[in-house]
Amino acid sequence: MPRVLPIVFALVLCACAALPGTGRAQQDDAASDLQSILQTHAEEVADPGRRTVGAVIDDLVASGLPSAATFLERWADREVYLNTEDGRFYYAEDEGETYALTNIATGEPAGSAPEDAVEEIRPNGGVRRVIGSALVQFQLSDPDPAVRSDALDALARRPNAEQLAPLRNSIEGEQDPAIRARKERLAAILSARFADSTEDRIEAISSLASGLSLEARASLSQILETQQRVAESLPEDANIATELEPGSDALPAAEAYARLVDEGLAPAAQSREEIKAALTANLADGRVGGVPVGQLGTEAGRARAYAALAEAGTVPPLVTDESRAEALASHVFYLEYDEPDPAITDAARTALDEVETRVFLNQMADLGLDALSLASIYFLAAIGLAITFGVMGVINMAHGEFIMMGAYTGYVVQQIIPDYTMSLIVALPLAFAVTFGAGVALERLVIRWLYHRPLETLLATFGISIMLQQLAKNIFGTQARPLTSPGWLDGAWVVNDVIAISNIRIAIFVLALIFLALILFVLNRTRLGLEVRAVTQNPGMAGSMGINPDRINMLTFGLGSGIAGIAGVAIGLYAQVTSEMGANYIVQSFMTVVVGGVGNVWGTLAGATLIGVLQKGIEWFNPSNTLAAQTYMILFVIFFIQFRPKGIVALKGRAAGD
Amino acid sequence: MSTLLEMSGVSVSFDGFKAINNLSFQIGEPELRAIIGPNGAGKTTFMDIITGKTRPDEGRVIYGERSYSLLKMSESDIARAGVGRKFQKPTVFEAQSVRENLAMALKNKRSPFDVLLYRKNSEGAARIESIAEEIGLTAELARPAGELSHGQKQWLEIGMLLAQAPRLLLVDEPAAGMTPAEREHTTDLLRRAAEKHAVVVVEHDMEFVRRLNCKVTVLHEGSVLAEGSLDHVTSDSQVIDVYLGR
Amino acid sequence: MTRKTFLTENRSIFWFLLALAVFTLVVTVLSTGAGTGAISTSFVKTLGRTLCLMLVAVAMDVVWGYTGILSLGHMAFFGLGGYMIGMWLMYARTEIIVAESLAAAAIPPTPQEIHDAVGTQIFGVVGASEFPAIWFFASSFWAQMALVVLVPGILALVFGWLAFRSRVTGVYLSILTQAMTLALSLYLFQNDSGLRGNNGLSGLQNLPGLDAVPQSLVSIWFFWGSAAALAAGYLLFAWVVSGKMGSVIRGIRDNESRVRFLGYHVESYKLFVFTLTGIVAGIAGALYYPQAGIINPNEIAPIASIYLAVWVAIGGRGRLYGAAIGAGVVSLLSSWFTSGGAPDIPLGFYTIQWTDWWLVLLGVSFVAVTLLAPKGIGGLFDLMGRTHPVMPARVGGYGPDKGARRKSEGEEEK
Repeated sequence: MPRVLPIVFALVLCACAALPGTGRAQQDDAASDLQSILQTHAEEVADPGRRTVGAVIDDLVASGLPSAATFLERWADREVYLNTEDGRFYYAEDEGETYALTNIATGEPAGSAPEDAVEEIRPNGGVRRVIGSALVQFQLSDPDPAVRSDALDALARRPNAEQLAPLRNSIEGEQDPAIRARKERLAAILSARFADSTEDRIEAISSLASGLSLEARASLSQILETQQRVAESLPEDANIATELEPGSDALPAAEAYARLVDEGLAPAAQSREEIKAALTANLADGRVGGVPVGQLGTEAGRARAYAALAEAGTVPPLVTDESRAEALASHVFYLEYDEPDPAITDAARTALDEVETRVFLNQMADLGLDALSLASIYFLAAIGLAITFGVMGVINMAHGEFIMMGAYTGYVVQQIIPDYTMSLIVALPLAFAVTFGAGVALERLVIRWLYHRPLETLLATFGISIMLQQLAKNIFGTQARPLTSPGWLDGAWVVNDVIAISNIRIAIFVLALIFLALILFVLNRTRLGLEVRAVTQNPGMAGSMGINPDRINMLTFGLGSGIAGIAGVAIGLYAQVTSEMGANYIVQSFMTVVVGGVGNVWGTLAGATLIGVLQKGIEWFNPSNTLAAQTYMILFVIFFIQFRPKGIVALKGRAAGD
Repeated sequence: MSTLLEMSGVSVSFDGFKAINNLSFQIGEPELRAIIGPNGAGKTTFMDIITGKTRPDEGRVIYGERSYSLLKMSESDIARAGVGRKFQKPTVFEAQSVRENLAMALKNKRSPFDVLLYRKNSEGAARIESIAEEIGLTAELARPAGELSHGQKQWLEIGMLLAQAPRLLLVDEPAAGMTPAEREHTTDLLRRAAEKHAVVVVEHDMEFVRRLNCKVTVLHEGSVLAEGSLDHVTSDSQVIDVYLGR
Repeated sequence: MTRKTFLTENRSIFWFLLALAVFTLVVTVLSTGAGTGAISTSFVKTLGRTLCLMLVAVAMDVVWGYTGILSLGHMAFFGLGGYMIGMWLMYARTEIIVAESLAAAAIPPTPQEIHDAVGTQIFGVVGASEFPAIWFFASSFWAQMALVVLVPGILALVFGWLAFRSRVTGVYLSILTQAMTLALSLYLFQNDSGLRGNNGLSGLQNLPGLDAVPQSLVSIWFFWGSAAALAAGYLLFAWVVSGKMGSVIRGIRDNESRVRFLGYHVESYKLFVFTLTGIVAGIAGALYYPQAGIINPNEIAPIASIYLAVWVAIGGRGRLYGAAIGAGVVSLLSSWFTSGGAPDIPLGFYTIQWTDWWLVLLGVSFVAVTLLAPKGIGGLFDLMGRTHPVMPARVGGYGPDKGARRKSEGEEEK
């Protein structure tokens, strides 16, 4: 077969890149080698048993042949056939009448054989597991790091005892430091559970105590797995985790009794339905056990009827509350470790406690980061409101809708400029401009006429708010619009297995910091800021000193609204843009302003931080129920106002409004 | 004459600014007292402390025969205990008629249910009529207070103070914006009230104070600078310094 | 010169009650249940509900227009009243149905069995079957009736006490009441709140034991009940805001601290008004929801209370009939526009569909009323020659003088 020679040659070149030049002869040797190893153990290969197969695999592994790994894989997958004609092993493919054979060493076609001449080799489950773990070693030493990494992933997902030895063996030759470290970690996890000697296991367990990873925690909890058991008295030799008190939270009385019934230690209690069914079944002539049906509409009547039936032996006697209590009292309930050795469980418990303490601390740090990012969102949403409220005494109920306008501006810009980074750069100032304009318009058209009538301002701006919401609905529809963030904002900053924070949130945090600095600069270092502060403190006096309060009010309102627009873009990046998004933030924003104290940037910052931290804290205690978290949050604010009616950063004295 | 109100060692500060500094003051019943002092001397804050509007940082304010502390009482409790106040700027209820203004001030039970079940009676009406006559607003009883002139509002304010029948009257600049004849009338009124009760008048106008002819307390920078007859205090060199500038 | 005596008040009370009586009579005569059938049963229900909204608007006017507390929480009291009546209606009716189905079994059911089955029926939708503690009184009509008054009353009392005690006023108080409303609605949205989460209570239009009575008749009964409640509430509040009480609470609205220096314990008065109006709101809700048939936490959302303020503002604050008219007109218009009753307006390039544009119109007209006609619809009555000395034009801002009020808003001195 001369025409296949070049192919073989190419194959050889590829497979044995380490041995260029000497290719052909070596390969032939090796090929005969693989087949010959198989022939040495022909019986075990053809009919593999769990115990016998070990020798074959050992030889195959010892040979170090690359084709051995392929063979093991295909062997396990039932693709290896025995050709009874020549007694050799081939990979074969069913072609109807005949089988197409492939040489197991070279992978080249090796002719065909009639159907009745080949015999499929069917390793059973046990054998396949053994083969699998042997394969692991091949994969763990594979030259391709990706394969090694995948193998480690698979190992971490389904750890078992057989893989410990191959894993340990592969550490020695590992060159890649990251993979080596991973292997060592995994080896420790596996030894903690599967090492032979108690000392080894305890040592491995202690080494796990310094980690944080989910794998280590899972492995430790696996060691600490318990079963609930019940007995007349506590067994002496069992490794008991804890004794359970029936009727406690961990073991409700009903559950404990059900357990006794399951174990056959007590008779099943009759439920109300069962009693009723029993009574119905024994209904005769309008009476049950001598009690007329008419009297069965009460608990007492039913009890009498059932007692009569039990007396007659028709139904099992009623299990009373007393007898149930007695049965519970005469048994002990306990949790028993699956692991019989107390030394190991104790070590694992200590290690797990240590790990969990560290995990808890890290979770707190993570929570702190979350709270900080939430606080920066609230700060962005509220600072504009705080400025208008503080300077002008105006409550702008449409502030939330300005946030929404900013977000929709971002959305529209993205429709026009497809590049996400570019569109974001355009959208931020544009959102500011749009909402600044809207704010100035609102001030000129409505609010100016309502100064000194704060409650009416509140309502008029509410009218604006429902109008803007409905307009947004009419223009953009009711479904949420996405505001896609640029690629460099995707992903997260991962500190370890516990602490991670998404880049968008970091960006929002930075944005909040920038705005804090900017607002402080504008208010404290510029002419505008000076005039704003003058108008805040004494509008009459400011007016008489040549400051035009009208202009200042207009600019302040525009500024506050403009910041809302920018906040809208920022919020839109991580939440959906809908016509109602503003309404979701308005109450929180008010809370922030009220809790923080009016007319003070630092107050708003303090308020936002408090609200953010508190909300995350409450969510942490009760993660499943965000509704309850918000409820408690609001209740807290109501009570907070009791103790600090002027907020955290309160202005004192005459400036506070005599 | 027994002591009705005694303040001792009272201090209050706003953001570091000491509005009242270790102030001690007492007034008996009956007594008429005038308080003078330059702007920012703490006259208004002094009244705020007595009426419960401002809580001092330290010090005691003792009131009445049973010597209870006003510091623990709310504004309304203090008012009910018999401390009445006329504000510098007339603050009458402009949306309501003069009669309603006076009726609200009239000494009666003040709890919501008493007020809800309150029936107009001839006694109360007669009292309102007599006060209205005193303050010269008989013809205006049915008019909304917002329609009154500034001077009339001042009188209404004084009328409301009288209607409360307080034991201690705190009167802030009663003569501002009044004609000489009205000043005369006001002086009479205050002097008559001082025959039975304690009256504290805060006033800028020396002429008016002279006409009151009573003991004068001079406040400066939140504490008492001098006390005595008007002639005595006006000859005090410190007082002259303060008033004429250093 | 008009003197503000009880007589002038009386005149508006008389006209209002007369108008209400005539309206009730006309609707009765034209109704399906008791008259010619010119008005459909569902419209009778709409009218009955409108009367309840007018009642709560009158209460809102007392607390806002007269006392100056812009409460954004009265629809929460309204909703709570609805929930309280709804609990009894749902329990009693489910109990009858369950008892019937259990009676078909060979053995008569025990009371416990019926109770459990009712629980399964009612709470199946939220995956529970146990009765929460708050349903303890649900089986008793009278106890639940008492709760209609007590629950909103006690909530108003406790919340009001906390809020007024800390001297929270003005916009701060409005925001705080809004927060209370939001907290309550969020709480009720939870499935384990014990009131069926966002499913709310339903089937309230069916009166237990009166299945034989047609809805057309039930609707007219409720219509009469609502009219009677409105009349009684109107009389009650007219009495409260007249005389010295009215004088004091209007004083509180215009200058709270002056009233305090007159010796009135302002907090008690506010608390009294807040609680009384809260209770009336609860009663109005208890009449409203059986006519609506369903109540869910959405009804309590802050937006509802804001609409209430809008109705009162459009109707005209500071006069009870103004609030009633505002609530009636705006809520009827609202249902006309949103139900598609109003004809579309083709503009050639765009067709204005009122279901989409009604809220825009409402928002704009509301801003317009606030800016241009602060007296609202009620102001029209002044134009008809009857001067209303209670609200002189220059006091529109409620502040004593320019600038004085603004700075003290919300930061009431300690």
